[in-house]
Amino acid sequence: MRGRRTVILGLGGVAGATAYMLGLGWWQSRSREGAGPALLPLPVAEMAFSLTDHRGNRVTPADWVGQPTLAFFGFTWCPDVCPTTLSDISLWLDELGADADRLNVVFITVDPERDTGPVLSDYLASFDPRITGIAGPVAEVERAVAGFRARFEKVPRDGGDYTMNHTAGVFLFDADGRFASIIDYHEDRRFALPKIRRVLG
Amino acid sequence: MKALAFSAILTLTASASFACETVTLGDLTIQNAWSRATIGAGRPGVLYLEITNNGGTDDALVGIATPAAGMPMLHETVVSDGVASMPHAMAVPVPAGQTVALAPGGYHGMLMDLTAALKEGETFPVTLMFQAAGEVTVTVDVLSMRAEGPDCADAGQ
Ligand SMILES: [Cu+2]
Repeated sequence: MRGRRTVILGLGGVAGATAYMLGLGWWQSRSREGAGPALLPLPVAEMAFSLTDHRGNRVTPADWVGQPTLAFFGFTWCPDVCPTTLSDISLWLDELGADADRLNVVFITVDPERDTGPVLSDYLASFDPRITGIAGPVAEVERAVAGFRARFEKVPRDGGDYTMNHTAGVFLFDADGRFASIIDYHEDRRFALPKIRRVLG
Repeated sequence: MKALAFSAILTLTASASFACETVTLGDLTIQNAWSRATIGAGRPGVLYLEITNNGGTDDALVGIATPAAGMPMLHETVVSDGVASMPHAMAVPVPAGQTVALAPGGYHGMLMDLTAALKEGETFPVTLMFQAAGEVTVTVDVLSMRAEGPDCADAGQ
């Protein structure tokens, strides 16, 4: 937790520049979110996708209506953002205790070519067991991402390898499936729990 | 006697976390070097640490080398318009009088082509190359995949 907010410690130009940069990322995603209703994530009931969770169950948007949802996009080959966020989510779930049992917590891979159900299962064993991994055909992942108004992009690296750029915020929906808020990646983590408690009702 | 020696070793292992040691190179001190366990060697590993420049001259971390990975490089996680990417960082500035962290969500060492899976509880060496101060090798603690940093009592803040 500590590291996130101390990318640069101390005072001075570099710290200021970094704070500005981080702040800008936050501001941009907020302003984009607020730029018009068309850019808000759809209500869950209006989304369309057919995916599979890491336990092998089919998942459609209808399955999410009736309970609050916390959703995050990522991929298991991601060494920095994804384990950090899943670790944060695990800490939040710890702090919420049994209240969080009512929360539908999903980690949707944007790299389903490598992240199959068993791969997600292995990976998620390191985190809170209430986090459900979700994979499926690329086209269905794209439909889910579109419903969230999120984005991802495959970035080739040398030697045929690749990485993924992806929306890093944590999405929150209330029990009726209405979009409630985003916990932005560089947002102060202290705001996360109140946001989650709000969708828990 | 044997039992005594064994328990002494155990104590040493339990209390000596390399990540909490401070390594000095000229005006620079490096500490809190840690990484996360990986599943297999196919996924990239990560490197986090803190560098303090106690001197009056700016320096920069310009490269890393480690036997743990075939292609280690410096990256910076950037979130732009809500989307996270990890461009290569030519150098991590270490300005005079400041502490800079390679930390989750910011600069990090990206350890590609791991020679073996990184296992929790193990350590590996990383050589840091600085523009002005030269090179120094630090020992990196591999923590769990869920870790958010080493638990150093006096975490050098
Ligand atoms: Cu990276």
